[in-house]
Amino acid sequence: MIVVNTETIPGQEIVELKGLVQGNTIRAKHVGRDIGAGLKNLVGGELKAYTELMTEARREAVRRMLAQAEELGANAVVNVRFTTSQVANGAAELYAYGTAVIAVARPVAQQGAPGEAAVTAG
Amino acid sequence: MFELAIYALAVLILVVGATAGWFGERRHLVGLAEREPLVAGIMVTDLRSIPPGVEALSGELVVGQVVLSADRGKQFVGGLRNLLGGEVRSFQKILLRARREARLRMLEDARNLGADLVVNVRFETSEIKNLAAEVLCYGTAIRTAR
Repeated sequence: MIVVNTETIPGQEIVELKGLVQGNTIRAKHVGRDIGAGLKNLVGGELKAYTELMTEARREAVRRMLAQAEELGANAVVNVRFTTSQVANGAAELYAYGTAVIAVARPVAQQGAPGEAAVTAG
Repeated sequence: MFELAIYALAVLILVVGATAGWFGERRHLVGLAEREPLVAGIMVTDLRSIPPGVEALSGELVVGQVVLSADRGKQFVGGLRNLLGGEVRSFQKILLRARREARLRMLEDARNLGADLVVNVRFETSEIKNLAAEVLCYGTAIRTAR
């Protein structure tokens, strides 16, 4: 399934809108508690374990969004947006949403510079 | 006497944290400077449409994410700032670095796809006060006909 955050898909034409699809995950960020005694809290730097956690959470949110799109019979999701919001007690929600569409590959004759198309048509 | 030792230990922890944090920051900045030229050929824009005159072959969502933690020294300074008010410049530096890193990871993802253009770049930031910052950078990587 094609996923883009633009309104159109390069090389493809959107023929039908299926609707808004979404997916979200809630991640508990107990940074202070978990790593309170850890080394990274002392010296700073990237919290690789947390980066992986956030990456997995983002992938899961996108998976849920794509599952909704598949249910609607779409083959692509456009205009994807991510937004985060803080939930009380140190948890954050990642929300992914987009528009599920059916897209077909644009006919070859239409691809190419506008000048070429004018020449072949004329 | 015992109290003095406790205070000395606290100061020592701050100094060790701040020093290690400073070295870690330097090393990260050097690493960023080394990796950025490798993706410099990719055009990056937050425009939603494809630039004129560019023939786009395919598009795909690319994402870069990172979580950076502040060292103990920065946490302490941030905590003081919370009391006194004002701009927490030390934490701003962490956000700047985190954004750079997330953007770089997104571009490395785009490069692996063979793209030379990324459009509609967006940033999402969430932070735990004075403790850690997470940045999510995403866009659509376009392969163009050259």
